[in-house]
Amino acid sequence: MRVALFITCFNDTLFPGTGRASVALLERLGCAVEFPLDQTCCGQMHGNSGYEDAARPLAERFARVFGGSDVEAVVSPSASCVGFVRDHYGRMGVPFSGPPVYELSEFLVDVLGVEDVGASFPHRVTLHPTCHSLRALHVGDRPERLLRAVRGIDLVELGEREECCGFGGTFAVKNADTSMAMLGDKLGRVLDTRAEVCTAVDTSCLMHIGGGLARQRAGVRVMHMAEILAAQE
Amino acid sequence: MNGFPAAAKTALADAQLRRNLGKATTAIRVKRARAVGELEDWEALRDAGAAIKARAMATLPEQLERLEERVTRAGGVVHWARDGAEANAIVAGIARDHGASQVIKVKSLASDEIGLNEALALRGIEAVETDLAELIVQLGDDEQSHILVPAIHRNRAEIAALFERTIARGQTLGLEPRAIAEAARTHLRERFLSVPVAVSGANFGIAETGSIAVVESEGNGRMCTTLPRVLITLMGIEKVLPEWRDLEVMLQLLPRSSTAERMNPYTSIWTGVRPGDGPQEFHVVLLDAGRTDVLADEVGRQALHCIRCSACLNVCPVYSRTGGHAYESVYPGPIGAILTPQLEGLERAPTLPWASSLCGACYEVCPVKIDIPTVLVHLRSRVVREVKGRRSPERLAMDALGRVFRSRGSYERAQRMARVGNGPLGKMPGPLSGWTAMRELPEVPQQSFREWWVQRT
Repeated sequence: MRVALFITCFNDTLFPGTGRASVALLERLGCAVEFPLDQTCCGQMHGNSGYEDAARPLAERFARVFGGSDVEAVVSPSASCVGFVRDHYGRMGVPFSGPPVYELSEFLVDVLGVEDVGASFPHRVTLHPTCHSLRALHVGDRPERLLRAVRGIDLVELGEREECCGFGGTFAVKNADTSMAMLGDKLGRVLDTRAEVCTAVDTSCLMHIGGGLARQRAGVRVMHMAEILAAQE
Repeated sequence: MNGFPAAAKTALADAQLRRNLGKATTAIRVKRARAVGELEDWEALRDAGAAIKARAMATLPEQLERLEERVTRAGGVVHWARDGAEANAIVAGIARDHGASQVIKVKSLASDEIGLNEALALRGIEAVETDLAELIVQLGDDEQSHILVPAIHRNRAEIAALFERTIARGQTLGLEPRAIAEAARTHLRERFLSVPVAVSGANFGIAETGSIAVVESEGNGRMCTTLPRVLITLMGIEKVLPEWRDLEVMLQLLPRSSTAERMNPYTSIWTGVRPGDGPQEFHVVLLDAGRTDVLADEVGRQALHCIRCSACLNVCPVYSRTGGHAYESVYPGPIGAILTPQLEGLERAPTLPWASSLCGACYEVCPVKIDIPTVLVHLRSRVVREVKGRRSPERLAMDALGRVFRSRGSYERAQRMARVGNGPLGKMPGPLSGWTAMRELPEVPQQSFREWWVQRT
């Protein structure tokens, strides 16, 4: 199956490992991956921050870059960016009519129909189900089903798992104190699991959680789900 | 107004407040989920609730005229108030006509919104709150912090101490809830039996029959609506329901969402005046106070669908940490963040639309399906357009960043500059942004994903 990778500006610039893992995983599962180099940013940050007028040209750009593609699907390792394309483009007057856009776990489970992706990752892992994956995309337990099938993994449930980590894009800086109060509670629950790795389907939340864990020198790593699913340790 | 970030900072520093709130919101959140989970048709009920409210708002002038006609026919008097000052003057005028130096009140958010108690006090009339939590707030000269549980920020010991200082002077109440409540009961019973004028809010006003419904769980509200000679109901115009049968939906949605009860304990519904039974004079004050302006905003108007259940407060990760005072309004939490700026004006509360991480938990529990995250984003756009102006530093930074993403060349250039800490991408989120107070910033890797991709192929 031919797919186009929508990497997101955030992963492209700051977390290229998420993209490399997504490519490795998709190719291992038999997909022919394309990467349209003209892609930049979907406009989520501008759109969610009240700068819809600045987001609109970015949405139009996304529609041009991916809309003209003859791939069967657009796949992205970011639930919040997929949610923005799916839920907000229409409202902004830029409806996207190209190939269907999927978040990675949706694509794997719903389109490829796999749960066991042939990964091996013998570590204790906890999953933070991100807000946009749960409440914008409704991915449900897809990420868990994928992780549970990983060989050697010790998947432990996070307490109050569905509560927001406090990132929220510009919320993390505009309301830094509240954001940190939310993060503090999330970090406590991550540490309670005694996991070595905290994973999620959104790198932005992981940057926030990982930044907090690193500051505490907690010894817990954050990894995008794609990196675990690509692993063959 | 100090704005949400500053007000939240003060609240977050109060460890006792954080404990009280965390405990209370967690308990009610769990109970609500259980109560809602019992109904198989919950989603259908939510759809029905949303449809009823949408219809009421779409036909508002017609429904209000129907309500007026039915109330009048049943022996009541309808007053129209453009704003809070008009409403306050109407209520004070009626109280004065009856020579009342005191009025007793059923919990009413609308009256708090327009400062009715203060307005009455200026005219020499004392308003006595009879809802237990409202009484606690009033006695403590405090501000309410929750729509349904106004004193949620106080614990038992704090309340006992407050009563011992005020209505139960000279007594030792201890920590037994029964003893504490008894002090309030004794204090209030005297008022119920002696004060001639009562003021209530309205959960619903039914256009078809001219009936008013008040939903409460203590019975104090019913004392107010039945014992005094004169009853004045202050009702926001958005509280109108077209038909009597609409209550069937609302009285299922509201208690399960608010108190996690299957059925509301005290639901008082009355229609006009009945000789020899209950108040012999009945007034309804229909309050606009900015509501018709809200109706003009196609996206924002759904905030008027709110039935004040407070489920969105209890699930909100922001509210459950900052509490209600940080919102600096009688309407706190997610619903307050979309209602207050619209009712009071964006320039009065420009930070509230950002008092959310857009996690979406509020929308998921709203019994009438108000899409709060979408309205928040919409109001952010309006604040940016109407309040911040074209030349704000934030606007300039956002525009600069937007231009970076408009072409592949400028984007890739910015990526390279970010590696040495320069350019629009290298300055995110900014050294003074508060990010690094508790979090490390990731280092910008030496190779972007796209560089890897190009090299690989």
